[in-house]
Amino acid sequence: MLDHSKEPGTEGLENRQKEQADVSAQLGEADTWKDQLKTLVRQNKLAAFSAVILILFLLAAVFAPIVAPYDHLKQSLTDRLQDPSLAHWLGTDELGRDVLSRVIFGARVSLTIGLVPTLISMAIGTVLGLCAGFYGGKTDFVIMRLADVMLAFPSLLLAMVVMYTMGGGLINIFIALSLVNWAGTARIVRSQTLSLKEKEFVEAARSIGVRQWTIMFRHILPNCLPSLIVLFTLNIPSAILSEASLSFLGIGAQPPSASWGLMAVRGKKYLFSEPWLSIAPSVAIMIVVMAFNFLGDGLRDVLDPYLKEQ
Amino acid sequence: MRESIVLDIKDLKSHFFTAKGVAPAVDGVSIQVPAGKIIGVVGESGCGKSMTAMSVMGLLRYPGRVVGGTITLDGRDITHLSAKELSKVRGNEISMIFQEPMTSLNPVYPVGKQVREAILLHQKVSKAEAKERVVEIFRAVGIPEPEKRYYNYPHQLSGGLRQRVMIGMAMVCRPKVMIADEPTTALDVTIEAQILRLMKKLCEEQGTSIILITHNMGVVAEVCDYVYVMYAGKVMEQAETFELFDHTSHPYTRGLLNSIPRLDEKARRLHTIEGVVPNLLHLPEGCSFCTRCSEAKKRCFVERPDLYQVGEEHKVRCFQYEGEA
Repeated sequence: MLDHSKEPGTEGLENRQKEQADVSAQLGEADTWKDQLKTLVRQNKLAAFSAVILILFLLAAVFAPIVAPYDHLKQSLTDRLQDPSLAHWLGTDELGRDVLSRVIFGARVSLTIGLVPTLISMAIGTVLGLCAGFYGGKTDFVIMRLADVMLAFPSLLLAMVVMYTMGGGLINIFIALSLVNWAGTARIVRSQTLSLKEKEFVEAARSIGVRQWTIMFRHILPNCLPSLIVLFTLNIPSAILSEASLSFLGIGAQPPSASWGLMAVRGKKYLFSEPWLSIAPSVAIMIVVMAFNFLGDGLRDVLDPYLKEQ
Repeated sequence: MRESIVLDIKDLKSHFFTAKGVAPAVDGVSIQVPAGKIIGVVGESGCGKSMTAMSVMGLLRYPGRVVGGTITLDGRDITHLSAKELSKVRGNEISMIFQEPMTSLNPVYPVGKQVREAILLHQKVSKAEAKERVVEIFRAVGIPEPEKRYYNYPHQLSGGLRQRVMIGMAMVCRPKVMIADEPTTALDVTIEAQILRLMKKLCEEQGTSIILITHNMGVVAEVCDYVYVMYAGKVMEQAETFELFDHTSHPYTRGLLNSIPRLDEKARRLHTIEGVVPNLLHLPEGCSFCTRCSEAKKRCFVERPDLYQVGEEHKVRCFQYEGEA
């Protein structure tokens, strides 16, 4: 049997523990979010560049009244359909409005529509996915069948139905896009919850008496965050594209609002004579969408290194 | 062993309801845990040790369910508590340490915060006070530089340190009973000894009883006061540790003890018990060990033996001892 007072050799043991701790501390320093950011910049230049582009777009959107050379709503029929010049870098549209200013103000609409419905739909999807994965059984069945229906239905068609019945306008676009996009998030969160809830740390949390809701939101959800962040950056461009499509079909943003989709469709008539009217907003959409996609890919590589090796 | 009993498990039955039938993972287990003692539960893999622990903690999950028996903790029946009442008991009066220190801590929170959670859940103290208590318990379980370790994430700690954190988490509310489910299986042998010593020390200082689940007879001999040998969901033999090693009675226990390599004997090969634990869905009609028992008689295949008293604190589930004592 052991002597429990003060064993010989305890000092050696403590020294070893100290050593151990030092090593782990050294290892430990290399893992803050700053370092992850550095890894991102170092490993994936394209993602870092995309992030810069997106920040520029975001700044342009926020400070649009300062950045834009003209008022984006001010019509001037004498200046209509001008070619690009020093005064109007991207020319003017059929009502004599400066296209560059309209593209800059359009960033407001597009980025808002990219961010807000994505946030709402992902919040809905996360909560539903957590519940489905955590509770299982009937809850899971009902939520996932609902998600299946949503995914089986063409989302643009559903958004169109919503827009037709409720009318155009920004708020209704939010609602329409939030409604159609939650299912993908719910599926991913559910599958992660299913594997996470079997982990021993969840069992351990239960064994110290943590309640179910706390386990769901404090212990399981943060472990889903890496995928959610990636999913977020990949969902934004699809929301922007959906808005552009809806506006193009005439049921999204309504004139005179400067939405990129709307501008593209209005320029359609002049595609052969004044192509910049459509091309300018289209290129803006393309840059933003591609930047978000590259950023999402880069983030995924940093947050989930195993995926990259495969 | 007439001390006060903190945890009294009586005739506990936990069954798993699978598509192929009902598997009695825990089949009428009775364990008495006296205050401040270490109880060993030994057996092969899949013999119901962990399921007994999960049943006691109320952590058994679908398709498993406690179907019979009572669990009394400090005079209070906790078998049929609601989820809410149970979460007040768990962590506060009874707690658990798991096998895998690598995965039993949440990777996204600093370890100190996780231990603090246990305090904040059960006691009305301020966060700062709780943090002090965490640092205190970290020091008690032998974590060097506890203030610094408080902010470390699980991946920054070694397996031994993580298991110390887990023990700290289980002990921080001074529970009456702590269940340790193979706490040292994933650790190397030198750390194993440290952890066992630490648990025994804490047990003596705080008066906490420990149920130590293990398949290692050496561990049992080192720290346990009383041993239950389990096989296929049943207790096969129970005795005080010295009694068990001196007067090993059940053929299964003998088999387990013979399987330990010995320094004083020349043996080319380790002794084994032939066969595997029977499928719980197709248990033999008689004694559940009969198919592997070298001393099985005809009767063993048709009748189920009871636990027979062979000594003051010694019971054996084998017909050989029927009518003794």
